[in-house]
Amino acid sequence: MAFPHRPDAPELPDFSMLKRLARDQLIYLLEQLPGKKDLFIEADLMSPLDRIANVSILKQHEVDKLYKVENKPALSSSEQLCFLVRPRIKNMRYIASLVNADKLAGRTRKYKVIFSPQKFYACEMVLEEEGIYGDVSCDEWAFSLLPLDVDLLSMELPEFFRDYFLEGDQRWINTVAQALHLLSTLYGPFPNCYGIGRCAKMAYELWRNLEEEEDGETKGRRPEIGHIFLLDRDVDFVTALCSQVVYEGLVDDTFRIKCGKCHGPLLGTSHMAGLVFNEIRNEHFSNVFGFLSQKARNLQAQYDRRRGMDIKQMKNFVSQELKGLKQEHRLLSLHIGACESIMKKKTKQDFQELIKTEHALLEGFNIRESTSYIEEHIDRQVPPSHCSRGYIVLLSLTSVVPDSSYGPEHLLTFSNLRRAGLLTEQAPGDTLTAVESKVSKLVTDKAAGKITDAFSSLAKRSNFRAISKKLNLIPRVDGEYDLKVPRDMAYVFSGAYVPLSCRIIEQVLERRSWQGLDEVVRLLNCSDFAFTDMTKEDKASSESLRLILVVFLGGCTFSEISALRFLGREKGYRFIFLTTAVTNSARLMEAMSEVKA
Amino acid sequence: MNRTKGDEEEYWNSSKFKAFTFDDEDDELSQLKESKRAVNSLRDFVDDDDDDDLERVSWSGEPVGSRTRPGSFQSLSDALSDTPAKSYAPELGRPKGEYRDYSNDWSPSDTVRRLRKGKVCSLERFRSLQDKLQLLEEAVSMHDGNVITAVLIFLKRTLSKEILFRELEVRQVALRHLIHFLKEIGDQKLLLDLFRFLDRTEELALSHYREHLNIQDPDKRKEFLKTCIGLPFSSEDSAHIQDHYTLLERQIIIEANDRHLESAGQTEIFRKHPRKASILNMPLVTTLFYSCFYHYTEAEGTFSSPINLKKTFKIPDKQYVLTALAARAKLRAWNDVDALFTTKNWLGYTKKRAPIGFHRVVEILHKNNAPVQILQEYVNLVEDVDTKLNLATKFKCHDVVIDTCRDLKDRQQLLAYRSKVDKGSAEEEKIDALLSSSQIRWKN
Repeated sequence: MAFPHRPDAPELPDFSMLKRLARDQLIYLLEQLPGKKDLFIEADLMSPLDRIANVSILKQHEVDKLYKVENKPALSSSEQLCFLVRPRIKNMRYIASLVNADKLAGRTRKYKVIFSPQKFYACEMVLEEEGIYGDVSCDEWAFSLLPLDVDLLSMELPEFFRDYFLEGDQRWINTVAQALHLLSTLYGPFPNCYGIGRCAKMAYELWRNLEEEEDGETKGRRPEIGHIFLLDRDVDFVTALCSQVVYEGLVDDTFRIKCGKCHGPLLGTSHMAGLVFNEIRNEHFSNVFGFLSQKARNLQAQYDRRRGMDIKQMKNFVSQELKGLKQEHRLLSLHIGACESIMKKKTKQDFQELIKTEHALLEGFNIRESTSYIEEHIDRQVPPSHCSRGYIVLLSLTSVVPDSSYGPEHLLTFSNLRRAGLLTEQAPGDTLTAVESKVSKLVTDKAAGKITDAFSSLAKRSNFRAISKKLNLIPRVDGEYDLKVPRDMAYVFSGAYVPLSCRIIEQVLERRSWQGLDEVVRLLNCSDFAFTDMTKEDKASSESLRLILVVFLGGCTFSEISALRFLGREKGYRFIFLTTAVTNSARLMEAMSEVKA
Repeated sequence: MNRTKGDEEEYWNSSKFKAFTFDDEDDELSQLKESKRAVNSLRDFVDDDDDDDLERVSWSGEPVGSRTRPGSFQSLSDALSDTPAKSYAPELGRPKGEYRDYSNDWSPSDTVRRLRKGKVCSLERFRSLQDKLQLLEEAVSMHDGNVITAVLIFLKRTLSKEILFRELEVRQVALRHLIHFLKEIGDQKLLLDLFRFLDRTEELALSHYREHLNIQDPDKRKEFLKTCIGLPFSSEDSAHIQDHYTLLERQIIIEANDRHLESAGQTEIFRKHPRKASILNMPLVTTLFYSCFYHYTEAEGTFSSPINLKKTFKIPDKQYVLTALAARAKLRAWNDVDALFTTKNWLGYTKKRAPIGFHRVVEILHKNNAPVQILQEYVNLVEDVDTKLNLATKFKCHDVVIDTCRDLKDRQQLLAYRSKVDKGSAEEEKIDALLSSSQIRWKN
């Protein structure tokens, strides 16, 4: 069941070095404040920090007590305070309030702010305005690449999505460029570069500038990774908004995997890793039960061998096998518990029906049923980030009776969705497509009228139908799609839909260019932002040319990761994923929300 | 997968990380070289790269010690081990970027490049409008949002807002950065001025409306919302704002009244089902649910009656029925549920109708743990036979399954169902009686 890699698949570079570097940097920074100190850590940095250092390392470098940065007065009595934070205005105000309270009390302490991954001028401006510039020293911890897996690097910057795609703020582009620069310094230049999207193009250009400025670092290096592909999230919102059905994606949708760890009531805090998980993570959920039960039976059999063993054999068994078996046992019960819990939730949410609706919407059939399904979910106040996953479901949500079901403040959320291009109003006089006029015939009241708008916005803004046809995203299936033996990337959505983002990557890699994809690029509104850059690179080994770094600007989903892993196995490539954060439909919706919990 | 610890040990214990020569071609050392390269690439981070001429100066102006330049992997480790011994106090050793740049002749492009590296450099010499705009354009063409914002902070300080707004209007990228910056630092006044200048009336209105989120006191919030009515929203949003105001006004009245009732302890429904939370600031549907739960029987004239809410906010039938059903089912008020779907025609005959379809009714009842007798009644009302059979099977409404099979003359299905009922139960007897009956002409 777990798909093996082709024997000629290239080896992945070792990314654990990134962790060592980050840790060394942090230690260096802590040592800049010699002596005992209390460390205040921003909540969002705790999980990433946890992955590269532990408390005892911090203690070794004279960190006395640890605090979470919260909006509360600090109880610390230490003479030295160190703050490890993201560069956010509210953190600056918090620090300023502490420092100013100390000043008022006539107390002098030493303060150090370590910004991760970099500081922003706006933050310094606030420090200056608050009158504490100079009282605190500032440093940067350039930790922006966290290996979550052998092939997955996360920048852990979920705010990238909102900042860029909603607000149009380009503050993280330099961070991305720096990260790419670090990778090319460590793993050699990338001979083949491709990209699509406005942000992708800017990040690429800024990175190139950087490389030119720091000329010589990568010169003469043998490339380890043959290709790099940069892609903006807004090139493909559809995929990110679909409900996930591959195991890891489903677990993420259900329990939220944070920083490679799962936080569920049932699971406690557990690393979503280990042997069992590796074998099923990319699988369609329907295969998981069979796999787990097979494993459980094997495990039982292994344990059963104890019976009839003599003392010596028993001793061997205990010393050599028991530990492994126990570990496997723990993992198995973990995943079985997860599956149970998922099943419970999904039956409660009419998951099957939701999926059916989504697929019907993607294909453009059954509009009537789909729309009434959506309407009803809205009437029943099914939380938009919880269950209304389909992207048209989402689009509809944005315009149908928002105030009554989801609270009036969501008005602001809808305005955000419009700004990010997830919803556009229909210009008067636009001709309706066949699908839309079909829907408009069903229109009897105002709410349904809004659904028509949503459809037309889908058709107009994203040209999804045309793209889908051009790229053959909805596979024709004769008979059942055998999810046990996937035939294409569509398996990650039960055979109903090939993720657009992954299809684009596949097509470009096949051609080694955008040639012949002009129409698709035009439909994606990316004519000015699709680029290729090849350097004549004789040194690139054939192995490196089958290693591809895919950079998702604005986040990628586990489904996309699974789909590309599948493609890699088919073609003998291996993909490495660099994402600003792992995302899913709920996170995207929340990023658009104005109502802060 | 959990290799961190192992890596760590290897890293700290292994000797190969300690000694090496730079020109060694040995493969084993390649990893080390990578580390070195990485560290070198991070030189910026531990060191100031190009202002060698500047001495490190303490606050009192005294030069402090010599600088360490961690140019290799080793020296980083060295730096680590001897940091405490450094001759300058770290809080005085100002990190990179804090060195004032006294040079006055950086070109706009050099300046933005230095800004990108995180250095503070003086922008004061850019005094003519032309210079300022050139600086801004350089920043925009470099794509780094942090630098664009840095320049905007400078422009905001040194230009009148009319001139600043006018110039940004034709520079959309920079404009977006300013808007985001103003939002983040909470300079609402300037933000509204900007929207007014740009004639973005809707954004102006939304931005004003957004402020209500910061107002906790319900009465103050209500008063604030009143000021939003009449702002230039889109026609549809205008209606929402009006509704929002009316809803909160209602909620304040209901909340005061019900809190009083609850604490008085005289009202049964509040004693039996204490309120879990205040109704203030809840969405309309939640408010409707609440009123269906606590105030179902009230006359239309009261603010808290469901019918009044339905009329005031023009709640569609479907939504009303779904909400009322959920509320009454939760209270197990089956008579109310029954009444919800009973309609009388002009002859006085009663008929069952559900605008949401009885299959939905059944599912909602099931979610509220309705007993089988009740479920059964509504399963029977499902028109489509297949759906009916599925639901009956799913919710164990044995009689409905058995009767439906009988009506369909489907002996096979009935036989199959026999295995699903308890041994020796009344249902089993009923099935057996049917199976042995000679009056039914089975189709299979």
